[in-house]
Amino acid sequence: MPITITMPALSPTMTEGTLAKWLLQEGDTVRSGDMLAEIETDKATMEVEAIDEGILARILVAEGTEGVPVNAPIAIILEEGEDASVLEDAISAPATTPAAATPEPAADLPAPSMPAPAAPVAAAGGRILASPLARRMASQAGLDLASVSGSGPRGRIVKADIETAMATGGAPAPAAAPVAAAPAAPMPAAAVPAADASPFEGEFELQPLTTMRKTIARRMSESKREAPHFYMTMDCELDALLALRTELNNRADGAFKLSVNDLVIKAAAVALMKIPAANAGYSEGGIKLYKSADISVAVASERGLITPVIRNANGKGLEAISTEMRALAQKANDGKLMPEDYQGGSFSISNLGMYGIKQFDAVINTPQACILAVGAGEQRAVVKDGALAIATVMSVTLSVDHRVVDGAIGAQFLAAFKGLLQEPMTMLL
Amino acid sequence: MAEQQFDLVVVGGGPGGYVAAIRAAQLGMDVALVEREHLGGICLNWGCIPTKALLRSAEVYHLAKTSSQYGFKINNIEIDLNAIVQRSRKIAKQLNGGVGHLLKKNKVEVLTGHARLLGKGRLAVEVDGTAVMELSAKNIILATGARARDLPGMEADGKQIWSYRHALVADTIPKRLLVVGSGAIGIEFASFFNTLGSDVTVVEVLDRVLPVEDEEISAMAHKAFEKQGMHLLTGVQVKGLKKAADSVTANIDLPDGTSEAITADRVIMAVGITGNVEDIGLEDSKAVVDRGHVVVDPWLATGEPGLYAIGDLAGPPWLAHKASHEGVICVEKIAGVADVHPLNAMNIPGCTYCQPQIASIGLTEAAAVAAGHQVRVGRFPFIGNGKAIALGDPEGMIKTVFDEATGELLGAHMIGPEVTELIQGYAVARSMESTEAELLHTVFPHPTLSEAMHESVLDAMGRAIHF
Repeated sequence: MPITITMPALSPTMTEGTLAKWLLQEGDTVRSGDMLAEIETDKATMEVEAIDEGILARILVAEGTEGVPVNAPIAIILEEGEDASVLEDAISAPATTPAAATPEPAADLPAPSMPAPAAPVAAAGGRILASPLARRMASQAGLDLASVSGSGPRGRIVKADIETAMATGGAPAPAAAPVAAAPAAPMPAAAVPAADASPFEGEFELQPLTTMRKTIARRMSESKREAPHFYMTMDCELDALLALRTELNNRADGAFKLSVNDLVIKAAAVALMKIPAANAGYSEGGIKLYKSADISVAVASERGLITPVIRNANGKGLEAISTEMRALAQKANDGKLMPEDYQGGSFSISNLGMYGIKQFDAVINTPQACILAVGAGEQRAVVKDGALAIATVMSVTLSVDHRVVDGAIGAQFLAAFKGLLQEPMTMLL
Repeated sequence: MAEQQFDLVVVGGGPGGYVAAIRAAQLGMDVALVEREHLGGICLNWGCIPTKALLRSAEVYHLAKTSSQYGFKINNIEIDLNAIVQRSRKIAKQLNGGVGHLLKKNKVEVLTGHARLLGKGRLAVEVDGTAVMELSAKNIILATGARARDLPGMEADGKQIWSYRHALVADTIPKRLLVVGSGAIGIEFASFFNTLGSDVTVVEVLDRVLPVEDEEISAMAHKAFEKQGMHLLTGVQVKGLKKAADSVTANIDLPDGTSEAITADRVIMAVGITGNVEDIGLEDSKAVVDRGHVVVDPWLATGEPGLYAIGDLAGPPWLAHKASHEGVICVEKIAGVADVHPLNAMNIPGCTYCQPQIASIGLTEAAAVAAGHQVRVGRFPFIGNGKAIALGDPEGMIKTVFDEATGELLGAHMIGPEVTELIQGYAVARSMESTEAELLHTVFPHPTLSEAMHESVLDAMGRAIHF
């Protein structure tokens, strides 16, 4: 029987992905363990591994196709001896056997349903609310419903919204969606989402949203909208810490090289163990108090922002943290992070010190309750014992979700963190 | 003098005002409603409801007279006009009491008297011209309604010249009746008295009866009314009325330039309505009055902060359901309810309860074409509908107008049995922005009159089954 390869769900939250590249061609022999294709998800690029053997008879989804729903058939493999004549049946039959190596979604999450390929899917994975008339008008005008904001009941897109979008030049429908009529005349402004269009706007190049960019946009907006942020800043003197770092690196003899960030991760983890109320997350069911300090560290890759996790950082030595961080950063840059590398996490750190930033406020990585924004260590004039002195000072700002953590807890955490940085030997205990 | 504070004061207890007051109370506001005459307003006391009671009597009479075709022999049917009118009044009274009960249940403070704006969110309640109470409110909704428009020299006197109000408590079935105006009000009274045996003439200044309806519907209605023995004169102007002891002679200019004198025992004036804008203190506010109506924005706000106007007072269409809907929109907007939407006038159905009934929504075919639409029109006559034939009432048709390009249901126009009840199906379709596809895929129960609605849509697509 022909084997249908379907779009795998690479993470429990994945509803669609981009088929980035086919690694085998039609007609190629497939062996179990062969890499079939590269899939770009909202977080990373992953390879689809074959678990069946045969001939890759038909590729159903072309390279570069965006928004392929999870479980949609992407290719057909014919087993040895099977005739190509059974192909058409297999293509028309609904996919029943997901043959690719598909990580099982977490048990407590509902499996993503399979949306019809042609139905427009909202960025958040939900259905776009639009009246039948609005849908038809958008389809006729080649307008992407996702780019239209709805003014009807419950934000439903109605006729008037389509008329407004058409008058101001809405975004054309994605190429994958079937379009009945030719898109509107290719005017420079035609590619601008309606809400942003202005006749006074200068020329620009419109970059399509990558799945990663869409995820960042959605998660960050959600956080700022849902989580009541407040911020507290503290200055930490780093001289003792820098001295310890130099000493440890000298002794390592090239086996490892600690960065200030590695020490910051360790200090945050130890401080969280001292103030466990800050090592928390929000959920509808209640506040999650995490048992270990799993530190999500913001990494700026070429593809965008991602937060790989140093798990159980409180129980790990500096060398282990440093090595692991280096490996994760490399994977992030290569787009090779696996879901288990970046999902979960109890607390986040974002460090822009290397860019000379003195202080900034970070957006909370919900459902986590806190994120620490770390600035540059710089020499500043400080007053010590009534006299001016010079110290290396680093400003850190804690963004706190007030639904979970109150000001006093945040302050206690910062005090503990500062104590550890300023007396770094204590974090090694 | 007693002074009281409220979150909202509603002036007028008609279908706009009392609905607004109840909705506001539901939303937690402290609400007062000032009514000078009767809860339920014109609609319930002197309009929609009592006329429907009269027309039901006319329908029963008509059925009794034609009962032989249903297998009955009924002889000596006598009309008891007084009983007909009393039944109508009793129904109005019952509903009036019902509104009072609803307001009480929702803890709306009902104040009897005439309200006058004093500026800055304050009003006086006057009884017999004397202020008995002062109210202050964060927001005020005016829902004072409208009254019949008088033409100079042809004012209703309750004797020979009637307004709708006199006609509702008629003490006689005029042998000869002249109805001036062929809108919904004029036609309903013409239909009522014609059925009861009056010799009815309707004069209309425009070139067709029921001029707001689709032309085809107007023409079918014209034919149906003439078949019932009504005289209809269109494109004519009444120049004057001359009263005699117990009759009136109307001087009428005909379209061909000649004049004619029509003598009748009674005249019903139904030449439109005008908003009750006077004597409520509007002059000293920033609210703008234009041709008898208060100018409002899509949220029913006037130019005066905190002052709103809804219903007939805020302009056409002069329909109770439009007033109620505006009341809810206005209150929800004031309360900051999420997801409030302005009323789309194209989605307000209109109904006329003559025999045969008439109902419509959206654009007429001519208006759709004038608006630049390529149209697709469907028609289905009730003679092709089994239920209509079984009822013995197969006169009329349903017309649907679609946009050729998008499939939007632009309008629906109906004449025939119970179409005032049917139009709601198309109103839901309009409100949900259905195309022909949703209507084609909807299952209509058999045997019902509503099947003709389906067939009309099918016909627009060239697919009618039963005709």
